[in-house]
Amino acid sequence: MNLFTLFLSALLINNIILAKFIGICPFIGVSSKVEPAIGMGLAVIFVIFGASVLAWLLYKFVLVPLELEYMELICFILLIAAFVQFVEMFIKKTSPSLYQQLGIYLPLITTNCAVLYAAQNNISEGYNLIETMVNSLGIAGGFMLMLVIFATIRERLQGNNIPKAFQGNPIAFIIAAIMALAFSSLAGLV
Amino acid sequence: MEKKQGFFTKLLVENPVFGLYLGICSSLAITTTLNNAIGMGVAVIFVLVFSNIFVSLVRNITPDDIHIPVYIVIIATLVTIVKMVIQAYAPSLYTALGAFIDLIVVNCIILGRAEAFASKNSVGASAMDGLMMGLSYTLSILAMSFIRQLLGTGCLSLSNPFNNATIFDIRLLPQGYEIPLFTGQTGAFLTFAVLAACIAAYKNHLDTLEKEETKKGATK
Repeated sequence: MNLFTLFLSALLINNIILAKFIGICPFIGVSSKVEPAIGMGLAVIFVIFGASVLAWLLYKFVLVPLELEYMELICFILLIAAFVQFVEMFIKKTSPSLYQQLGIYLPLITTNCAVLYAAQNNISEGYNLIETMVNSLGIAGGFMLMLVIFATIRERLQGNNIPKAFQGNPIAFIIAAIMALAFSSLAGLV
Repeated sequence: MEKKQGFFTKLLVENPVFGLYLGICSSLAITTTLNNAIGMGVAVIFVLVFSNIFVSLVRNITPDDIHIPVYIVIIATLVTIVKMVIQAYAPSLYTALGAFIDLIVVNCIILGRAEAFASKNSVGASAMDGLMMGLSYTLSILAMSFIRQLLGTGCLSLSNPFNNATIFDIRLLPQGYEIPLFTGQTGAFLTFAVLAACIAAYKNHLDTLEKEETKKGATK
């Protein structure tokens, strides 16, 4: 598979949110306004890319030689937690306003399934380092794309007359359902 | 009677999935059949109960700064155990659940309960809390998979995950009347939206009841 197809399929066809149902919690949580959605998206791209590459190196050069493959899950989640902590400190130092906006969602990237999924997906598909980079960029890009599109739609929804029971999150899931329908037609692209 | 209603209300309104929107990813992804939902439910109950127990045991000796990594290591260890057991004894379930067994680690319900409840309460209470939360998670995903399997395939079926023997398999909708959309992604989001709206409507109903009652009390 060439790298462009790999990127495109991770970005659109196997989009983690609409096709794999991964990373829904922050997707619903941060997507009510466009600006924090972009900030969160960028943070997630950075974390997924960094963590995937580090996890790949850790797996290939530490776990495999030591025959500790079964420790994969524990090592990866610790790696991700440490990496997110690092990013959090970095953003706090360099951009306090962004830090304030992202608020509680930054530590939550640790428990964002997308990061762990990306790290494990690269290993289980047997990608090499270049493919790992491309695939994790595709996965993270797909996450951000959905987050921004979704936030735009939700901003438009504000002030509309929605049935009381559907206000807030339920209507967001209806939108997600319609978006999933639209994206399923891209399946034949690659 | 009153206690029973309280329990029922709590199960619905404080439901981790539809009420608090935790652990949504797995509840959308694996609820295509009753089998997957039960398998996932049991795995989550196991991890939740034991993670609550261990977190509660170490709650007094864990330094505050590193409590999250400690909890995550406990949870990841338990999930690795569950994964190995499922892989060894129920391979068909293992393929069906796929990456979502690993993703139990990052299921917000588990870390959430460890942080909010088990780190402050005794071992017994924590185990009980884990069991209750796990049960209401399982009930939620069972409800989802019931609707999706029924509408998507027209059948309800259950089989033994250890040897794939069928326990029951009934066709409730006549052939040609099933809606395959419901087995796919769109159906998952749609089912979730409608169920969450039902819970929200029930919550609104309770709120108005309460308001009327306080009004009555004020006029008295």
